[in-house]
Order: sequence, then structure tokens, then C-alpha cells
Amino acid sequence: MKNELKRDVERVLLTLDVNGERSQLLVPVHKTLLEVLREDMGLTGTKHGCELGECGTCTVLIDGQPVLSCLSLPVQVQGRAITTVEGLATGSELHPLQQAFAELGAAQCGYCTPGILLASRALLDVNPKPTRDEIREALAGNLCRCTGYVKILEAVELAADRMHA
Amino acid sequence: MARELGPKAMFVAGGTDLYPKLKRRQFDVEALIGLDFLDHRIDGGTVGAGATLADVSSHARVPRGYAQAAGLVSSPPLRNAGTAGGNLCVDTRCNYYDMTYEWRKAIGFCMKKDGDICLVAPSSPRCWAVSSSDTAPMAIALGATVVVAGDDGEREAPVAALYRDDGIDYLAKQPHEIVTEIRLPASARMTSAYVKLRRRGSIDFPIAGAAVALELDGDVVDSCRIVLSAVASHPLEAVAAGEFLAGKRLDAEVIRAAADLAAKPAKPLDNADLTHFWRKRMVRVVVEQALAEATSGLGSAV
Amino acid sequence: MPDFAVIGKPFPRVDGGAKVTGQAVYADDVVLPRTLHCKILRSPHPHARIVSIDTSAARRIAGVKAVITGADLPVKFGILPVTQDERALEHEKVRYVGDPIAAVAAIDEEIAAAACDAIEVEYEVLEPVMSIEDALRPAKDERIQDYGGPDNIHKLVALEFGDVDGGFARADHVREDVFFFQGNTHLPMEQHSAIATYVDGRVTLWSSTQVVHYVHRALAKVLELPLHRIRVVGAAHGGGFGGKTDPFAHEIVVSKLAMITGRPVKCTLTREEVFYAHRGRHPVLMWVRTGVTRDGRITAMHFRSALDGGAYGSYGVASTFYTGVLQPITYDIPAYRFEGCRVFTNKPPCGPKRGHGTPQPRFALELHLEKIAHDLALDPAELKRKNFVKPMTRTVNWLRVTSCGLEECADKVLRASGYRDRKRMAGHGMGFAISSYLSGAGTAIYWNDMPHSEVQIKVDRGGVTAYCGAMDIGQGSDSVLAAIVAEQLGLQPKDVRLVTADSDSTPIDLGSYSSRVTFMAGNAALEAARKMRAMLVEAVEASGRRYEDVKFEEACVLAEAKFGTLVSAGSYTPPKIAGPYKGSGVGPSPAYSYSACVVDLDADARTGLVHINKVWIAHDVGRAINPLLVEGQVEGSVYMGLGEALMEEQEFRKGLHKWPSMLEYKSPTFLDVPEMETFIVETDDPEGPYGAKEAGQGPLLPVIPAVNAAVFDALGVWIDETPVTPEKIVEALRRKDKGEPPRVGPAGFPAIPYPAVIKVEPPPKDLSVTPASI
Repeated sequence: MKNELKRDVERVLLTLDVNGERSQLLVPVHKTLLEVLREDMGLTGTKHGCELGECGTCTVLIDGQPVLSCLSLPVQVQGRAITTVEGLATGSELHPLQQAFAELGAAQCGYCTPGILLASRALLDVNPKPTRDEIREALAGNLCRCTGYVKILEAVELAADRMHA
Repeated sequence: MARELGPKAMFVAGGTDLYPKLKRRQFDVEALIGLDFLDHRIDGGTVGAGATLADVSSHARVPRGYAQAAGLVSSPPLRNAGTAGGNLCVDTRCNYYDMTYEWRKAIGFCMKKDGDICLVAPSSPRCWAVSSSDTAPMAIALGATVVVAGDDGEREAPVAALYRDDGIDYLAKQPHEIVTEIRLPASARMTSAYVKLRRRGSIDFPIAGAAVALELDGDVVDSCRIVLSAVASHPLEAVAAGEFLAGKRLDAEVIRAAADLAAKPAKPLDNADLTHFWRKRMVRVVVEQALAEATSGLGSAV
Repeated sequence: MPDFAVIGKPFPRVDGGAKVTGQAVYADDVVLPRTLHCKILRSPHPHARIVSIDTSAARRIAGVKAVITGADLPVKFGILPVTQDERALEHEKVRYVGDPIAAVAAIDEEIAAAACDAIEVEYEVLEPVMSIEDALRPAKDERIQDYGGPDNIHKLVALEFGDVDGGFARADHVREDVFFFQGNTHLPMEQHSAIATYVDGRVTLWSSTQVVHYVHRALAKVLELPLHRIRVVGAAHGGGFGGKTDPFAHEIVVSKLAMITGRPVKCTLTREEVFYAHRGRHPVLMWVRTGVTRDGRITAMHFRSALDGGAYGSYGVASTFYTGVLQPITYDIPAYRFEGCRVFTNKPPCGPKRGHGTPQPRFALELHLEKIAHDLALDPAELKRKNFVKPMTRTVNWLRVTSCGLEECADKVLRASGYRDRKRMAGHGMGFAISSYLSGAGTAIYWNDMPHSEVQIKVDRGGVTAYCGAMDIGQGSDSVLAAIVAEQLGLQPKDVRLVTADSDSTPIDLGSYSSRVTFMAGNAALEAARKMRAMLVEAVEASGRRYEDVKFEEACVLAEAKFGTLVSAGSYTPPKIAGPYKGSGVGPSPAYSYSACVVDLDADARTGLVHINKVWIAHDVGRAINPLLVEGQVEGSVYMGLGEALMEEQEFRKGLHKWPSMLEYKSPTFLDVPEMETFIVETDDPEGPYGAKEAGQGPLLPVIPAVNAAVFDALGVWIDETPVTPEKIVEALRRKDKGEPPRVGPAGFPAIPYPAVIKVEPPPKDLSVTPASI
């Protein structure tokens, strides 16, 4: 029949290490990491703004480095440590970045916040006392439409101060 | 494997170029072949094609201009995924082409995908999509070579030989071949710089760019190669400008004259950000800036 | 400043914790069992009649549960009662590329997309109208809409206040200018999303909307259900800026599909579709003529606007008025004539974006005054200052100015920036501009006498819950409500539980638009909290103690024992202050915020590249209920203003949006934003809650003209349109070098068949004098 859809979707068995937990999932091979995190693992803290690699909203950490989950295939990140915003806090204790973002109003609508928190964490992991310009460089792939970035810069600086006080 | 699968298979390394295009249905692909096996080591003179652009940009032993170019590609998260090999092979771009299927259908498909005319230059028999790699012009300026591997073995070729002046068939390699390594010549006398023009400080592709590599004898230019990005369907070497500089002492006037020469062959069209008139004008500026940058700190009279 | 425990303190947002942990539930995060995915088929033509739609192939695809077209949703809707011109799905005619035609609900997104591909639509293509000039000419095939006119004109307005001709006759100098403000879009980070269920004959919709109430009304109308059988819930909100202030097709479509399938149905727009949903900044062509005395006092002004409205009405009638009504709210204009026109074009409909209809005339007016100052060899900041409105006055067009911190705002930024002592050198420039904005529209979108905002408070077992329809879109309205209730009851904001933006469980608030929430919901919360406090105090004092000396939990027990269930309510209805003329409903607000801004930049004559060094901005917010939130709003406004000034633009080519993507629509990154210095000015507004006024929109306005003024200061060229791109600067300098007028901008203003002006007698200027005609 003319428009009958072919539905022989190839599925793969994935083993993903997300936020220190190992999960096995059977998912369509072409699903992006973003989709698997949100739809198959219930980790809806990772947001999406364009799904084309143009806005940074869906940033997660792979082995500590920020990458865009909308442009990652889960099969390619098996065996690597994936961190999402849900993995930032320790139990109910917020990460200093989360604490600083909440305190200083660095999250307005909050939609870009998870991605920016993760990119900030990756920065502070390698550069505990970044200058403002270094923060700008590190976060330059993450768009925010609410804050004008000012409060975000202040929050990253505050968190850096507190982590090394 | 690639040969068996034919045109419906594509290679993917970092995926930063391929995946958005798959989502926009710019490629019809039935199988992806992951290039995770590619070497990602950087050893000054050799850069594994699988090395991320982030690693290249922060590596102390790659030539400065090459590190600059890698560090100016897109944005930090994309540089953490995108690879040195991938950026050399990045698809040519056009703002009639890098759009969703629905958009392209609405405006009428172009010859690069699904159609038969060029929407930028409708009377043209060819596609004018723009070479948008930042690292390719730099690699060419440096005289780098690439190792290309196919199922019939490996070959080494100058980076410049990897490209064709065609928006569609822009890579001079077989579809089943992959770039495995970039070899950057080591020369203590060589200095290089890359200057990229784009609307924003991050994320954007180049709308003009200049890669320069010079060998200096004191403050006299021994040899110089200037290669432009985003002004043609391939990285465009400004041969006359490079030759003009040979034997000259770099001062502001010489740099200006070289930049004027370099800008001549650039032919930006109305298929990228900002007007092509302005981009053409800016070619001169980025060449000047790159020459100045390459020789800054060398005590030359710039 | 009065001694407050909470008000004026930088408390963290009440939703901060949820947002930094990824636990805030946005519409696309709502996961319900058996959810179907919806995709919408959109028009590939800017203008076409639909001859036929064949959905049979789509329906046959395995996994497709329902396919609907306009025939299933024929009732028209629209945000304004006067322009009910939209259908959720159009089955007769499409008016822009992206106009929704059909929708599919399927078991997954890919099947839904494949089904959309399988729908066959036959079109009779019509000549598109893509510019204001085209719209003013007779239509080649047919008009876009069947109302309005002549040609593709949607709306014409002509008003005159005071003796304009006399004012021009009195002037020592008269100048005319033409400006163009390019269209641009909100670009919220969150793509619009909605999910609906249909259970037991009731529709529930979770949506990323700014206007729960208006979506509720539109659903009732189109679905032909009574309001009480529909529940609309505002999900956590990923950014609006005015872009989620209309009821949208996808919200209606998922509700209808849920009714048909009996399953939850979700639709999340792609980024490209968000560009088509739009309702963003109108492109506006403007002509302005002003008479001034030798020393720079304005004697009369005549302002004309032509708005490119896109294909539908949306807020357009209001937008049209807004391009004309706020000019006298910053400058004392003794005689004023305004002629406005909105046209239909085959583009996504424009509507309200941050500043709704006023950034465009603000841009024109500020630059126009700069040029007048230049003509008269006066300092532009001084000329502007000479004409500032004064507090407690009425404008010539009957707007009521109460608190007004314009002088103080100007003073702050002029001083801090060193504007007056700036170094005059080629390539470096500073620009100064001011603005004002409404703290909520004084009239409702649909005519009624009910309150604009209502709050209920319930207290029991030591807990306080405030209920309000207000929608926190990121601006922090929930935190404002909590702060006001906490201040009254002697608690901390985190002690106040909030239930907001749910048409079932909260009393009404009209929505997060026109900067109305702090003022209106804040006043409603204040009233409800005062009533609650009175009960608590009375009960405690009956026990012989003071409220402050008793633990809150105990006060609650005493009060509940005395009064029974502890509930209170408050509401806010704006004062009826609209002038006595037709069209006076747009513009009045219970209070106006004021801002002033200085931009410092470097501009390169060779490349035209502009680098913003710093922005100083002062904003009269009346009272900062939470200075952290106010600063956030001001900084975000500066950001968005800079984006519009320098790079954001919505262009069309061959009938299509030229770049519906976040790569090509340029939103400034971390590396494109300068240092900002923000000054909060407090004028204690007599009607605002604790004296507060708006902060979310006004501060965007002065940034844009300040950039262009600074470019002139740096290079001596006028860019009389937005955005200021390097190519325009280079072109203006080329013209200057050739001895032509040193400007890039529109060449002229078209002939528009404005009607005869309605002449309105101005009110007494002094607010304490009651006008005879009210």
C-alpha cells in the first residue's frame, strides 16, 4: 500500500551509566541520548530547545565533559559516565552550583538551567577559580533568553568561591 | 563495509554535523558506521582524526593557528564531540539547504538535495554551497597532509587535495574512504594564525575566515600561504597574495597590499549570514588580522 | 524606607530549588500513561486556497489513532473579541507558510510525522503579500482576510489631542524623520508544548502558556464545551516574553484529539514551528514630525505608524494603538496627532513581544529627538530632560501619570556613565535614551467589569496556602505572591505554599502579559493577606496577647477556633481612568514604570563592527518587592534589547521565513553581552502593592535607541532601522563620504488612507483637578 509505514525499527540493548547508576534498556537504535534520557529513563531534567545542536539546552556531561545529548547516540556513549542535572546533588544536598543558582536568581524560567549547571560544573572541575571571561568562554554554547547571563556569571563565581573557601 | 552498504551508509565520528542533517532529512541514510575506532591521539605533528576539536584547541604542541581554528569551531559542547577529521569533512553549507525537509519542500528543493536547481544562482549549472570548515583552510596553509584509508589501503595526500570546488561533490575522496590522520609539518620557523568572522562570539559557522602560515627569516617572509574559509565551495587559497609576500618585510603597507590581493578570488554569495558584499569586504580585514596575529610577538614591524 | 521583613530583601525564588534540580515539570515533561503524540501538518504556501484535503492514506497507517482537519474544528477564535479570525486547523485557506492544516495523533512521534506526510492537500496557490507596501496595493488575487480594508489593511486609527497645527505654527524648528523597526521573535528556550486528557467528559490541558484564562476561554469556544468542563493548568514555564500569550492551534488540537481518542495527547512544537507560532515584534514603519522651540521644548508632535501584522489579527488592534499612545507618557507633548495602520501580510502573525508595540515608537522617538537636538546644537540628554513628564499629571491623551522616577533614573545613568564628560573620539560613542511602560493594561481584553486578579488564602494547622491564577513564566510572580503574603503574616516566603495557574483550583488572574502580575495579583494578594492577618490578630488579641508575640501555629489555632475555617480573598480591579474617546482603552494603566539607559560602544569605521562596552540602566520600579528579581528582569531586558538592536531579525525570502532556526536567528551568547550596571529607583507608587510597579518590559525599550544614538556619537552616521548590522554602518559611512545624507533607513513613508482624525480635548494636566467630562 502506498503510504503504509515500514515499522521494522531496529532496537539495541543498551547499557548506560547515568548518574552513577547502571541501566539496561532496549531502545530504537536511532534514538538520541536526549530522547532516551527523557523518554526511556524518566530523566526529564534534561531539556531541549532546538534538537539540532544550536542552543546548548540539552547539555549533559560525558566523562565529565559537556556534550549535547540531542547530538549523541546512546550506542556511542555506552560504558562512559553520563551525568545529568539529576546527578548533581548529593542526596538532598544541593551541589554548590545549584545552591548559588537558586540563591542568586540565576534561574528565571529555569529551562536552560540544567544545561548551564552541567557546563559550569565541568568548568569548575578543571578550573576551580575561573575568571569571568573563562566562564563566558566555557558557557558560550548555552543560550539563555531570560537572565542576560549576569546572574549566571555571578552564581558560578559564588559557587567557585564557596567550593574553595 | 561502507562499500557494501553503498550510498545509503554514512560514517559518523562526533556526529555534530551529521545528526542535525539527518534530522532535517538532508541525507537519506539506512546505516551509520561509527568511527569510534579512529585514533584520537595528538602528537604535535600528527593528529588522529578522532581527536576532539576541544583536545586539538588546547594541545600545546600543535601549531598555534591550527589550535586557534579548532577552538573557534561552533561552541564548547560541540567541540567536545566534533573531531579533527570531521571538521575537515564538514558538509558544505547554504541557507537554502541547511533547513528542514518541510522548509526545503516549501521553497522548492535545490540541487544539493532532492531538487535540480541552485536557489542562490538559479541559472547556474552548479551548486554554490559554502565550504565552512575552520580547520581545513588552516591545515592547507600549514601544508598539512591527510591519511585517507579505504578498503584498498591507505594513501597520504595534501589536505588541499581533499577538496573539489563543487558544493555537492565537495570531497575528493571515495565515499568508502575515511580520513584517519592529519599530519602537520613541523617547522620552528613557521608561524600561523586563524581569524574567523561570524556574527556571534560562539556557535556560528564562519562567514569569512583567513588562515595564514608563514615561514620567516628574521622579519622577512620566506614563504606564506593564505587560505580563506567560507568564501567558496572549497577552502580557497589566495595564491597570489602568498607569492606576493615571499621575500617581503612585513609592515602595515605590505600586509594591506597582501590582503587586497587575497580578497580578490573570494566570491561570497547570498547564502550565508549577512550580505555577501560586506563579507567580501571583510575578507581583506580578516586576512590583515591573521597576518598581524601570526607575526605578533615576533618583533616584526606590524 | 519603611521597615519590612520580607519586602525589599533579596530572597531566593520560591521555585529555585525545583529549577536547579531538574524537578520543575514543564509541559513536555508531563508523562501520562498511553500518551499519544501529535504532529501538525502545516502549509507550504504563503497564500493559497485549499481545494481538498485527503487524509485517507494517513488514517490507514498502523499506529495512527486519529486525524483531524479544520472541518473538525470549524469555530473561529482569536485573542481579541474583535478579531476572531483564526482556526485551529484551516481547511479553506492558508495564509502563511506554517499555517496549521491537519493534525495526527499516533502512538509515537515518527508515525505521526509519517502520517502528516501522507496527507494530500490540493491547493490553489494565490499571490502572496509580503510587505507593507504590497499590502497597501490592491490584492492581485484576493485579500488575505475578508475583513478590514481597503486592500490588505487590517486596522486604521486616527486621533488628535490638543491643537496640533497651532503647536507646529508656534514651533521654532520642525523636523520630520522616517524609521523602520524590523520584526523579531521571542525565542523562548522552551518550545511550546501542550498535553491534554479527556476523562469523564472533562478536558484537562497542561500547557506552556502565559494566559491560562484566555486559553480556557478559547478552548470552551472552539470545543463547544462549557468552561466548567475544561481545566487548563499552566505547567512550569520555559520562557514566554509574549510568545505564549495567544491561544494556539496545538493547544486546541491536542484537546480535540484527546476527546476523540480518549487518551492523553501531547504536542511539542519543533523549533521551526515555534518560529511559525510567532506573535512576535511587528515590523513597523514610522514617520514622525515634531515642532520644538529654540530651547528644545516640544510644541506638537505628529506620529504615523504602519505595522506589518502578518496573516491574522492576534493582538494587532492593541499593538496598533500601542505604537501611538505612550509617546506622551515620557515626554510632555502639549499637542499630539497619531495615525496608525496595521496591514495583513502572508507571514506568521505578529503580536506582543516584551514591550508590546512600544519599542518601535520608542526607537523612533528617541532617535528623532536626538536628531532635533543635533539640529539645535543642544545636548540630546538635556533636550530630552527638558521635556520629561512630571509626576501626578495627565498627558494630553488622558493617561494618568502618578509616580514617575524619570528624573532620578536619568540622573543615575548619566552620572554613572560619565555621559556628559565622555571623550569625543571617532569610533567611540555613548547614547542615552529613556522609556516607560505599563504596570498592567487598565482594561481587560474582553469587556467585563470583573476583577483582573483574585487571590484566596487558606490557613490551617500552621500552614498558609495562597491560590491565584497568575502564571509564573520565569519572571518570578510566584515569589512575589509569596513575599507579599509572608510580609503581611509575619512569615518567610518559603513558608507560603502556592497553588497557581490552574483554572480548576485557583481564582482568576488574566495572565502574564502587559507587566500586570506584580501590580494586580500583588494587590489582590495584599488584600487577601491583610484580611487574613486581621482575623489572626483579632483572635490573638482576644487572648490578651500581641500577634507578634505568638507563634504562627498558635495564632492559627486561636483564629480557627474563633472564626471556623480560615479563608480570605482579595481582588484587584484597575481604576477606570480611560479617557472619554473611542480607542482610549489601550494605554491606560494604574501606574507606569520609567527607565533610563546609557550605552557605551566602540564602532569600527572600516568594518562596521560594533562592540558594546557597557550598559548603565536605571529603572523606576516603584518599590522592589525583591531586588534580586527586579535586577534579573532589568538585566534580561537589556539583553533582549541588545539582541534586537544588533542582530535579531525576522526576514522573509520567497514567501518563507528566511531562517527559522536557532543557528541563523541570532540570539546573543555569553560572549556577546557586555557588562551591565543596574540601578533600582524606588518612587513608592500610591497604588502599587507596597508601592511596586512593573520591571519586566520597560527596561528593554531604551536600550535599542541608545545603541543607535551611540553609533551616531561614534561615527556620525544614523542607522534609522533595526538591527544595526555592520553592513548598514559601512553603507552609511560610504554615503557620508560621498556627501549624501549619512544614514541608512527607510526612504519614505507610504500614502495610507487614514480616516479623518477624531479630535479629543485634552484633560486638565494637574491630576488633582477632576476633568469635566468624566
